[in-house]
Amino acid sequence: MRLEVDITGKTFRNAAGETHDVIAGVTFALDAGEVGVLVGPSGCGKSTMLRILAGLDPDFHGRVSRPANARVGFVFQEPRLLPWRSVEENVRLVAPRADAAKLAALFEVLELSAHRNHFPGELSLGLARRVALARAFAVEPDLLILDEPLASLDAALAGRLRDQIAVLMDNRSMITLLVTHDVDDAVRLGDRLFLLSPRPARNLAELRIAAPRNKRGDAEIAAIKLDIMRRINGDAAKLGAS
Amino acid sequence: MPRLLSFAALLASWWIGSLLAGDAKLPPPPAVLSAMIAEARSGDLFFHLGMTLARVALAFTLAMSLGAAIGYLMGRVRLADRLGDPWLILLLNLPALVVIVLAYIWAGLTEVAAIAAIAINKLPTAVVTLREGARALDAALDEMSTVFALPRWKKFRHVILPQLSPYIAAAARSGLSLVWKIVLVAELLGRPNGVGFEIGVAFQLFDIPRLLAYSLSFAVVVLLIETLLVQPFEARLSRWRPRAA
Repeated sequence: MRLEVDITGKTFRNAAGETHDVIAGVTFALDAGEVGVLVGPSGCGKSTMLRILAGLDPDFHGRVSRPANARVGFVFQEPRLLPWRSVEENVRLVAPRADAAKLAALFEVLELSAHRNHFPGELSLGLARRVALARAFAVEPDLLILDEPLASLDAALAGRLRDQIAVLMDNRSMITLLVTHDVDDAVRLGDRLFLLSPRPARNLAELRIAAPRNKRGDAEIAAIKLDIMRRINGDAAKLGAS
Repeated sequence: MPRLLSFAALLASWWIGSLLAGDAKLPPPPAVLSAMIAEARSGDLFFHLGMTLARVALAFTLAMSLGAAIGYLMGRVRLADRLGDPWLILLLNLPALVVIVLAYIWAGLTEVAAIAAIAINKLPTAVVTLREGARALDAALDEMSTVFALPRWKKFRHVILPQLSPYIAAAARSGLSLVWKIVLVAELLGRPNGVGFEIGVAFQLFDIPRLLAYSLSFAVVVLLIETLLVQPFEARLSRWRPRAA
C-alpha cells in the first residue's frame, strides 16, 4: 500500500478571470504506517493538494496514485458535520459497520462520550473537531488525511488534541497525511516532513524523524525544529515568531 | 388563550355586522350554524368536504412530487434549468382560470381534468422553491460525502434531504394554500360535487346561510390540517436547530 504524488502544476482562475499558480511542483510518496506532514506557510496550496489527493479536484497536471479501493478518512479544516444529525449519527453514517465497542473506545479517547447525543450546533469548535476526527478514524481508513486539525484552538486544547491524535495514529497502520503551518505540530506528529515553499508550492526539503512519536524528547524536538527553520529560510528567529 | 380571544372577537364583529347589514345579506352566526347542522345531518356536508379533500390530496401530492423532482433537477443541472425556465415563467404567470377552463375543454368535464388543472397551478411554485433549495446545497458537505464514499441513497437521505427540507416545507405551505383556493374554482366550473360546487349552487339560489356554512366548514378543515399536520411536521424537521426559527 503506497501513496505516490507527483503534481507538476495546478492553477486557479479567479472571478476576474486571472489565473494564478497554486502548485508549481510537489512530489512525495508515503508507505503504510507512515505519517507524512506537509509543512508550509498559510496559503501555499496545501489544502488544494489534499483536495487533489482525495479525488475532489481532478483538474491538475501530474499524477496521483492512491492504493486501490482505499478507504479514505478526511478531517477537513472546518469540521463539516451534518448539523441535523447527532454526534453519534454523524459518525455512524460514514461507518455503518463499526462495532459498538470500537466506537465507544474511540469516543473515550477523544473525550466525546458525554456528547454522543448532542447536535453539532451545540458543540464548541474544539469538540466539533474531535467529532470530525472520530468520524475519520471510525471508517478505519487506509488513507487518513488531516487538514490543519489543530488550527484556531487554544494552545492547551491543541496540545491535548495532538496527543489524542498521536494515540489514535499509533493504534492503526495506515497512510497518514497531515497538513499544518505549525512546525511544532509537524515535528511531534510526523515521521516524514515535506517542507513546502510559499505559493506556488514547491518541495523545499524532506526530513525523516526516526524516533517513534512517544519517545521524542523536548531537546530532540527543539533541535529538529531549529533544523527545519534553517532549511526554510536560514533565519530561525523569523519563523519562530510566527 | 390569545387565539381564543381573537376568535371571539371575530365572532362578535360578525354578529354586529349582521345586525347592521341585515339578515338577508349577512346572516348571524346561529343561522349559519343551524344550516351547517342541517347539512351535516343529511350527510351532504361530509360528502362534499370529503370530495374536496380528496381532490386537494391528489393534486397536492402530484404537484409536490413532480415539482420537487423538476425543481431539484433544474437547480443541479444547468441545461435543465435553461430548457425549463421559459416554461416555468409561462406557467407561473398563467392565470388559474385559464388552466382550469382549458383543461375542461381539452379533457372534458372529468375528474382527471380537474385534478390536473389544480396540480398544474401549484406545480411552478414548487419548482421555483425547490430550485432555490437545490442551488443552495452546501458544496462542503457534498465533498464530505464524496470523500467518505457515502452511497447515493444515504447521501440523499442524510445530506441532501435535510438541506432541502425547509424549502420543501415552504413549498408545501404556500402550495397548500394555493390548492385550497383553486380547488373550489375548479369544482365550481366543472364538477358535480365538492365544496366549490355547493357554493356555486348556494350562490345561484342566493342561499347565504348555506354558502357561509360550506365556506366556514371548509375553513375549519383547513385550520385543523394546518395545526394538526403541517405545523407539527415543521417542528419535527427543525428540532436540531438550537433555537426554533
